[in-house]
Amino acid sequence: MEKFGTFPVKSGLAEMLKGGVIMDVTCPEHARIAEDAGAVAVMALERVPADIRAQGGVARMTDPEIIEKIMDAVTIPVMAKVRIGHFVEAQILESLGIDFVDESEVLTPADEKFHIYKWNFKVPFVCGATDLGEALRRIGEGAAMIRTKGEAGTGNVVEAVRHMRAICDGISRLSSLPEEELMTESKNLGAPYELVRRVAAEKKLPVVNFSAGGIATPADAALMMQLGAEGVFVGSGIFKSENPAKRAHAIVQAVTHYRNPEILAKVSKALGEAMAGLEISEIEKGGLLQFRGN
Amino acid sequence: MKAVGVLALQGAFREHVLMFRRCGAAATEVRLPGELEEVSGLVIPGGESTTMTKLMVEYGFPDRIRAFLNAGNPIFGTCAGAIVLSGHLGGKKQDFLNLIDLDIERNAYGRQVESRETEIAINALGSPAFHAVFIRAPIIRTVGREVEPLADYEDTVVFARQGKVLVATFHPELTDDPRIHRYFLRMIEGAI
Repeated sequence: MEKFGTFPVKSGLAEMLKGGVIMDVTCPEHARIAEDAGAVAVMALERVPADIRAQGGVARMTDPEIIEKIMDAVTIPVMAKVRIGHFVEAQILESLGIDFVDESEVLTPADEKFHIYKWNFKVPFVCGATDLGEALRRIGEGAAMIRTKGEAGTGNVVEAVRHMRAICDGISRLSSLPEEELMTESKNLGAPYELVRRVAAEKKLPVVNFSAGGIATPADAALMMQLGAEGVFVGSGIFKSENPAKRAHAIVQAVTHYRNPEILAKVSKALGEAMAGLEISEIEKGGLLQFRGN
Repeated sequence: MKAVGVLALQGAFREHVLMFRRCGAAATEVRLPGELEEVSGLVIPGGESTTMTKLMVEYGFPDRIRAFLNAGNPIFGTCAGAIVLSGHLGGKKQDFLNLIDLDIERNAYGRQVESRETEIAINALGSPAFHAVFIRAPIIRTVGREVEPLADYEDTVVFARQGKVLVATFHPELTDDPRIHRYFLRMIEGAI
């Protein structure tokens, strides 16, 4: 008997995206450029994070008409974002047949206390995390994939590095602890005990872990891969740069050959201007997206 | 015996490597064509076939993979791997690897919400039935005369073999069942 929307089927799609690049796109033309460049999936958006940051206001789920046009334009999986806690936006995206939902801090949160109960959905969810406890809380709620939050729309990789290191340090710490300490560690992390035990035993997250939030160059992407990411999301970094098609394809190659400096050097050449980027300390504290939802 | 190679350009290559190691065989990731010389047998894993095809062409894999097969080394494609090995894609001749005489259609069950798990009977493996996970899976529409169907689901072939080329439209690497990987290891040994 067939079973649909089970956790293995949801996390299995994330497994198939590994070693790949997921690119933010705002129109069918950009989606096709991303697919031609070798993206494994696209994230359908009305505005890329850099524009959301610049323009301000409430950022919501993208207009379903734009999402459907992008779904029609490409054959690779299409993802779209919902506001943290906005389960009705997620119901709408699921009804459109979207392949993955990103419950994202890039949009303005709809609920200050609670995330979506993701087990209720057949569509898989990816959620951002800044450390291991946050990652395990999202998995406990049903996320089938995790990504670092980083600091979206900045073109500055420093926060993604911080978050990836925090997640990996958390995992290696757990796997070194004696069994009797795991319950207290679960309390300290604010994470479900069963997941804490599982991570301690397997020395990895139970779902795929990508990096996101500030990746702008092939070297940034390879850095995140060497730090332990299983793939990357590139948001504003591609279509806010001078030559999106070339940069997109270079980042795709960098993620495959992330341990090969000769190839990384070759693909990094003559890409044109990268997105300008923002220094994190110049952003007002209230403007940091990574603190939304934890 | 040399290690089994798993093409590691993109996709679920890690799971295949782990599964072979569980079977007691050495396995290694292949990212550049020169690395094919160090392996016997190649798995082309699940992932995005458009991404994988592009990277294979760019790094000169197609001729090297053909030569690898001609030298007697078996190849196993799962899901996207089955797509890139097939002679026809969506009814049109696919001028790529063309190593198994199938007409295959991408994402043929529909979008991700149509992804599913189910049990399929595989005579070559005996009982129990194999737990098959289909993720945005392709459907094999036509099977050439030289192709031996090994299992079907909903009246289409989902597991098949032509000489030293084996394909599955589902993901044995995502289960705990090593029987299909053992079957491929026996192909490499020349036992079947």
